Amino acid sequence: MLRPFTLHRPETAEEACALLAGLGEEAAAYAGGTELLLMMKLGLLRPRHLVDVKRIRGFGDIGLEPLSGRRLTIGAAVTHRAVEQSALVRARCPLVSSVARHVANVRVRNVGTVGGNLAFADPHSDLATLFLTLDASVELLSPRGRRELPLDDFVRGPWETSRASDELLGSVTLTPWASDTAAAYVKFGVHERPTLAVAAALRLDGTTGAGRNGRDRIVEARVAVGCVSLKPVRMAAAEARLTDLSIGDLDDAARAAADAAAAGVDPADDLYGSADYKREMVAVFVGRALRIAAARARGAESAARFPHTVVA
Amino acid sequence: MTIRLVVNGRPRDLEVAPHALLLDVLRDTLDLKGAKRSCDTQVCGACTVLVDGLAVSACTYLAVEADGRSVLTVEGLADGESLHPLQRAFVEAGAVQCGFCTSGMLLTAKAMLAENRTPTRDDVLHYLRGSLCRCTGYRKIVDAVLAAAETAR
Ligand SMILES: Cc1cc2nc3c(=O)[nH]c(=O)nc-3n(C[C@H](O)[C@H](O)[C@H](O)COP(=O)(O)OP(=O)(O)OC[C@H]3O[C@@H](n4cnc5c(N)ncnc54)[C@H](O)[C@@H]3O)c2cc1C
Ligand code: FES
Ligand code: FES
Repeated sequence: MLRPFTLHRPETAEEACALLAGLGEEAAAYAGGTELLLMMKLGLLRPRHLVDVKRIRGFGDIGLEPLSGRRLTIGAAVTHRAVEQSALVRARCPLVSSVARHVANVRVRNVGTVGGNLAFADPHSDLATLFLTLDASVELLSPRGRRELPLDDFVRGPWETSRASDELLGSVTLTPWASDTAAAYVKFGVHERPTLAVAAALRLDGTTGAGRNGRDRIVEARVAVGCVSLKPVRMAAAEARLTDLSIGDLDDAARAAADAAAAGVDPADDLYGSADYKREMVAVFVGRALRIAAARARGAESAARFPHTVVA
Repeated sequence: MTIRLVVNGRPRDLEVAPHALLLDVLRDTLDLKGAKRSCDTQVCGACTVLVDGLAVSACTYLAVEADGRSVLTVEGLADGESLHPLQRAFVEAGAVQCGFCTSGMLLTAKAMLAENRTPTRDDVLHYLRGSLCRCTGYRKIVDAVLAAAETAR
């Protein structure tokens, strides 16, 4: 059962922002409602007005950022399903399509949006974790104009963002990896949302031999861990341990990098597990993600399968 | 708000409140009891219906969103007395025990087969993730979906 509310369906961002500004705390932005309606059923949120963002022009679009012609912009009201099925996303950011296929269940993917996922800032967000490795920035619109923020500054903590109450999330823009990048996304969980998520991307260069196209040296490593700290985080110490290594040496180095990642998270005891357990799992799963990415760098697909684990 | 939609092939004009959930409108206004409320949190799939062919959780979906769209519930699957091939496959495989999950399973499977006529066992398992059954252990449900896909070919 939901408490009564008034539904507004603006067609422009200006109109929507004016509504949010005018109604203040009484209003909530509403996209798919897959999170919002749950919060309202529980009485945790009691908005008297919902401002539907799905009819706002441009919010449902996926395209290349006009300025760079290279970065990929996904409108806030694009559903997970549309991301999964977009040929442009598959061409520019293939791992984003494969991860979209594994968000939640098909009913939530059909209705839930990218903007709703990021604006809700659940610490168990697959998108926020993966997007950190794609230098994501979000566009915020308000009666004062438009601003762009790195995703890491937008998500401040569990269910907390730097969005002002009259601001709308308009879109998220991703920077596709260079072509010689091998990557993997691994998530583990027995509940609906993941218990742990790891994104790893290794950019290769050099001519030492073993890799695809003869490229073997890791010139840049990106590792993000989601679900265990207050928000998804890039693991700088782990990344530093991987940079300049040869893919052939990765098996040994993966352990050191995984330990560095485990030392870099800030887990808490909760229903998903104890802090110690989570820290241990971070080491295990960062290692797995790196080994799968390394196999892909060699043009192979790792055959390893793990219980309750999705490999994208 | 007035909404105009098609339910199981039949056009309907309905007066609904903005906060009315599609599941309640289907069950209480239209007396279609096939979709069930169980978890009420989009986890179990018992309330699954198809909106323009897409599976949604009617328990967490505003009825006004169905305006201008076509809704299919399990009551619309059979053609008169003649069961839909998926229904027949469920019966033949013994994929129905208490039946509480069955309408959601059937509709989810229908949406999958519309996208993918030649699913593998893994495809079926992937698509049915989030459709929970307490009785069957899933094997016979998956068998039934694969058998229906086979028959349709
Ligand atoms: C059963 C279940 C399983 C899930 N599993 C996963 C999972 O495995 N991985 C994962 O990453 N996620 C998971 N999720 C989360 C899912 O991705 C989100 O529910 C969905 O993307 C939210 O989108 P929405 O459009 O429904 O948001 P809504 O519910 O409409 O909104 C969510 C919040 O964002 C605000 N909001 C929405 N749009 C905007 C906007 N444009 N500007 C400003 N604020 C806005 C709303 O006010 C609200 O506070 C799961 C959710 C459920 C219910
Ligand atoms: S009752 Fe809707 S998904 Fe469980
Ligand atoms: S048959 Fe009883 S829940 Fe599936």
